[in-house]
Amino acid sequence: MAPEEIRQAIIEILEDIAPDEDLTSLDDGVSFREQMELDSMDFLDIVMELRKRYRVQVPEEDYAQLASMNSTVKYLEPKMVDVAV
Amino acid sequence: MSHSQINDLPYSQRVVMTGIGLTAPNGNSLADFRDALLNARSGIQPYEIRYFGKTLAGVCDFEVTRHQSRKDARRGTRAGSVGIYCANEALQNSGIDWENTDKSRVGVYIGVTEHGNVETESEIYQIKQFDYDTKYWTHHHNPRTVANNPAGEIALNMGVTGPHYTIGAACAAGNAGIIQAVQMLRLGEVDLAFAGGVSESIHTFGIFAGFASQGALATHEDPTKASRPFDKNRNGIVVAEGGCVYVIERLEDAKRRGAQIIAEIVGYAINTDATDFVLPNAERQAQCMRLALKRAGLAAEQIDIVSTHATGTPNGDILECAAIREVFDHSETTWVNNAKSFIGHSMGAAGALELAGNLPAFADHVVHPTINLDDLDEECALRGLVHGQPREVAKVDYILNNSFGMLGINSALIVKRFV
Repeated sequence: MAPEEIRQAIIEILEDIAPDEDLTSLDDGVSFREQMELDSMDFLDIVMELRKRYRVQVPEEDYAQLASMNSTVKYLEPKMVDVAV
Repeated sequence: MSHSQINDLPYSQRVVMTGIGLTAPNGNSLADFRDALLNARSGIQPYEIRYFGKTLAGVCDFEVTRHQSRKDARRGTRAGSVGIYCANEALQNSGIDWENTDKSRVGVYIGVTEHGNVETESEIYQIKQFDYDTKYWTHHHNPRTVANNPAGEIALNMGVTGPHYTIGAACAAGNAGIIQAVQMLRLGEVDLAFAGGVSESIHTFGIFAGFASQGALATHEDPTKASRPFDKNRNGIVVAEGGCVYVIERLEDAKRRGAQIIAEIVGYAINTDATDFVLPNAERQAQCMRLALKRAGLAAEQIDIVSTHATGTPNGDILECAAIREVFDHSETTWVNNAKSFIGHSMGAAGALELAGNLPAFADHVVHPTINLDDLDEECALRGLVHGQPREVAKVDYILNNSFGMLGINSALIVKRFV
């Protein structure tokens, strides 16, 4: 997956776990939590959905990397490079 | 306690219903539900569920997002969504000034037949796609399956900080939730209660498969004819989802705020067969009704409507009819009906919903019928059984509501027209 495809994959996950949020104005440089109502259980949902949909494992010590869209895509890029769209 | 003694109780010990919210397979408000009961509108439809396949069920179509965010609906359970809808509708119906209500003095008591099966089945189905690797098991599993979940979701949604819990009472649970509220209000533990029952049971294949294996799941080529208590050709239960939550408070508080008083709860009883896991016990059911009557200070002939539990199983209906005959057969003015013939068995919600369907009779003096009774089973013949068409009667002052469940739990609740 290319970075833009990874971004789209994350958007699709967020649409499912935060269906009341408007994601069109998401600022990729700002943390998700500052823009959306997301708690720790929601972050676990992101981790779980990455595991289920793309078989990507995010160890607990790396959770902080999922803070914003930019940091998430950067972190996932090497892990998802071989994932087919 | 005699009848006059009930009326002599201080207002602090008299408990009344002042709001109703419900969802049934044939209506999402009391007005719609009542209209369906008076016009033979069934809520049973074809239904399909994983592993079990095609069957019939009572399915609700209330608007989940009326009182709940989409996110919370996703995070929670169907039982939670049913409860949240019903509790908020009940609150609106009650006219309570919620903003200025002390939420720490509010209790939430919700009856459930079972809880957690839906989520557990669903998660096992999910991890099956991953060769049963439990790393794919959701972190939402425990908050969704704890037994207090439906009551807790209501409390969370409404900001209630008083006690909340569910009452697990098989299919007597709807009555049991209401009874719990009465007790807590009388004890002064809370000043206001949301109480009743909910069911999400149609979303677990296990309940269908279990009843089918037991030979107790109804089948019929016409879904609307499948639930047929007292009929010779009845062949079991139609599973339904649903919910009914009442706002319940002490009479003194209801009077003080000038509330509409829907009914006064004047008697109740819960007892246990202690004879079988599944088969009911008519003698204990009769004892349960008698105990409720005694506590209300009422003679059997003072009850105007007996709302039966009958689910359409061959044995269960006969035994309940035997119990009712023993208690009420001498009464010429007691009418008997059944709501499951319209909506199927809404499990934890059944007691609360079936009572609700009869409450408008206090004002309109109409007893809704039981439907689908085409060929009466002589063993289910009851004096006063209203079937086919609604029956207008001289007065309705007292309703006795039966709800019985597995492991031999029996409940009877008596409500009175408030004057």
